[in-house]
Amino acid sequence: MAAPVIATVLTLLVGSLLFAVLGYDPLATLQAFFITPLNSLNGLSEWLLKASPLILIACGLAVGFRANVWNIGAEGQLIIGALAACGVGLFYPNPDSWLLLPLMFFAGAIAGMAWAAIPAFLRARMNTNEILVTLMLTYIATLLLSWLVHGPWRDPAGFNYPQTALLSAAAMFEPFDYAYRLNASVFITVVAVFLMWLFTDRSFLGYKMSVSGAAPLAARYAGFRESAAVWTGLLAGGAAAGIAGMAEVSGPLGQLSPQISPGYGFAAIIVAFIGRLNAFGIVLGGLLMSLLFLGGEAVQMNLGLSAALTRIFQGILLFFLLAADFFIFYRLRRIPEHA
Amino acid sequence: MPPRLELRNITKSYPGIIANDDISMSIMPGEIHAVLGENGAGKSTLMKIIYGAAQADSGEIFCDGKPIAAHTPATSRALGIEMVYQHFALFESVTVVENIALAVSSSFDLDTLARQITELSNRYGMPIDPYRRVHDLSVGERQRVEIVRCLLQAPKLLILDEPTSVLTPQAVVKLFETLRQLAAEGCSIVYISHKLDEVQELCDTATVLRNGKVTGTARPKESTSAQLARLMVGAELPEMHVSPSVPSDKPVIEVRGLTAPARDKYGVELKNVSFEVRGGEIVGLAGVSGNGQAELISLLSGERTHANALSIQIGGKAAAHLNASERRKLGMAFVPEERLGRGAVPPHALWQNAVLTAHRSGLVRNGLVDRKQANSFAAKIIERFKVKANGPQSSAQSLSGGNLQKFIVGREIALEPKLFLVAQPTWGVDVGAAAFIRQTLVDLSRSGAAVLVISEELDELFEICDRLLVICQGQVSPPLIRTKTNREEIGLLMTRVDRGNGTNGRGEVAIQD
Ligand SMILES: Nc1ncnc2c1ncn2[C@@H]1O[C@H](COP(=O)(O)OP(=O)(O)OP(=O)(O)O)[C@@H](O)[C@H]1O
Ligand SMILES: [Mg+2]
Repeated sequence: MAAPVIATVLTLLVGSLLFAVLGYDPLATLQAFFITPLNSLNGLSEWLLKASPLILIACGLAVGFRANVWNIGAEGQLIIGALAACGVGLFYPNPDSWLLLPLMFFAGAIAGMAWAAIPAFLRARMNTNEILVTLMLTYIATLLLSWLVHGPWRDPAGFNYPQTALLSAAAMFEPFDYAYRLNASVFITVVAVFLMWLFTDRSFLGYKMSVSGAAPLAARYAGFRESAAVWTGLLAGGAAAGIAGMAEVSGPLGQLSPQISPGYGFAAIIVAFIGRLNAFGIVLGGLLMSLLFLGGEAVQMNLGLSAALTRIFQGILLFFLLAADFFIFYRLRRIPEHA
Repeated sequence: MPPRLELRNITKSYPGIIANDDISMSIMPGEIHAVLGENGAGKSTLMKIIYGAAQADSGEIFCDGKPIAAHTPATSRALGIEMVYQHFALFESVTVVENIALAVSSSFDLDTLARQITELSNRYGMPIDPYRRVHDLSVGERQRVEIVRCLLQAPKLLILDEPTSVLTPQAVVKLFETLRQLAAEGCSIVYISHKLDEVQELCDTATVLRNGKVTGTARPKESTSAQLARLMVGAELPEMHVSPSVPSDKPVIEVRGLTAPARDKYGVELKNVSFEVRGGEIVGLAGVSGNGQAELISLLSGERTHANALSIQIGGKAAAHLNASERRKLGMAFVPEERLGRGAVPPHALWQNAVLTAHRSGLVRNGLVDRKQANSFAAKIIERFKVKANGPQSSAQSLSGGNLQKFIVGREIALEPKLFLVAQPTWGVDVGAAAFIRQTLVDLSRSGAAVLVISEELDELFEICDRLLVICQGQVSPPLIRTKTNREEIGLLMTRVDRGNGTNGRGEVAIQD
């Protein structure tokens, strides 16, 4: 547990230095970054609202990462999940049916899984590299979304904006309070965290995946199929990302536009690693990452820091966190020169 | 003359165990010194401390009378100390010459180094191809790489931690000649082995460890192996009981015309392999490592499958197309030669490693791992096979080599297999435990199981097997009845001279030089 502490201290030091050199008051900036966003109810709501998809997706991805299945295309799976869910929401014959939300949930999950099934199939059958395939499919998903909102799904009454019509009330998660955006979809994340813990810590399938990750030859020795690990890993990530996409359209967004995710799918990869691929760690990682998103916006608006500078600061923190982890397990040493 | 190496009061503890307890000893230049002891006695730990790969909690080390400060493997190498680890420390994904280059201190170019390796390894009767990747090598070949790496450095003190466990008898003879010559030139050698005949042949002096303490010293050349064994184990060795075998009518495993291409260009092609093992008997597969054993084992265990389902039948069912797990359902159990990373997951606890193959024995319920059952399963193995470990929670990689071997053998035997495949069953296991494992194998077969033992140790095979097969260049000989054959006949079959194509003279080279 020393690593996060060291990382935080280092970040605060380097960050203060950076702000000071650029002429901002370090204390005020840090306060605006980490404290101000959380001292209102709305701030807390936003914090959880953004942490929720990050944690949800990271849980799904970590299942695969533990078995060395590298799904880095959660962003694409999220988009496809959002597309499918929104499609159901827009075109289901009865827009007031209570069935709508559950249907959209499954549509999102299944679409995310289907998108992830492509790299799974290719890796299991043809041993292609899932890193490349998942990443490339993300670009395809982005373009597909763009085409739909500019073309067939564009809202005819929308003044030519590239966006779909708004979803009906029955297609949306109810906010806890209409003043804030936080809604019931956070419970999905809570359940996902529990399932993730159950899967990785207790289930036999999760055990097999950890064997595949830690010692592939032992997995083969025991007869655990590599393809099972590939499929499980990718489908778990795809389902989680697809559901996160659904929760976005049925939550804060209410419709599709060309930009539906501020990079949750990519940030979740970092969240998974900050959380050391375990459920509890991922919750903390997601909360931290979400705070970085909020703090970054806050300092840009309140103190006029540039977007680039806030990104650098976020990068420093993540870098120290991951590096501190690394140096806990490995030691860097100077090797004496030989003659 | 100051001793080449002097240890004073070395103590080292790990959680729950004192691995080295106040150990002092000294070794003169040119002395060949054995360190003997049961599994988990602390031999490897002591060697790692001498080499600087582990740090003692207290105590001092002197080399040629001078204390070694800031001790790391690099300082050791600068002093001329080289070590062959029990669990090899090679980089899997690069070639032999690149591996060796990493450990060489002087400047070099790869091609020259490769030539040196080829030349030196042939001279020492341990031929290796410097351009092969390490992950393609069998454990025997890796062992040769490790030894050649050390010899290239012309060391002043050479530490060998069970170097011969997987070498062929011929290579051992060559190695001993080399070691004697090195010693004559003033190099001191620390030699660890559980093979007492080797120790008697090679070593001038010996220190015996038990539970981390020095319990005695001996002059191996003047002692009998029974005396040495008693010093190590602290008791007499049990007698083996081999009752006559009553083979079943039907074979439990039947291999018919199994032909398979080599895994890669350095592998060995299997040619029309046929044999069978019946319930109630132990069949041994003898052969020089690298003659197709690795291919055959992975095909028998299901780690590799074969399109012609009928070429391997288990219990009368076509099985060659089944994976390892499906074959285990037919009653198979298997101990591979690599224990770390194949037979066990190194960072996982022993209870988790029990689940690896014993998950069908009630360790998994409703899709969830039953930790309590897994713990008690592991605890039972630890008790029955006297595995020295800090309970089922200790990780596989924290166990001493022999103790992990005992755990894996124990786990597979606890599955009560009908068909038991085992490669190098007593590799790295101390004399007491080896006798116990052999007896357990005999008992298992006499209770009706079919047992196939793949081993390079002819003595072991002759002690427990009912019939013997010999594998050479991918071909398996017809079975020989143990009581009607002898070492010479088997030895000849093992090194059958290859006429015509010169690609596969490895077995041959090993005895020619
Ligand atoms: N890294 C470690 N962490 C915890 N315990 C360890 C570690 N390394 C060794 N031990 C323990 O120290 C003891 C001595 O181990 P060591 O490897 O020195 O035995 P050994 O005499 O070489 O045995 P073997 O003949 O089986 O190779 C064992 O009980 C082992 O479990
Ligand atoms: Mg050892």
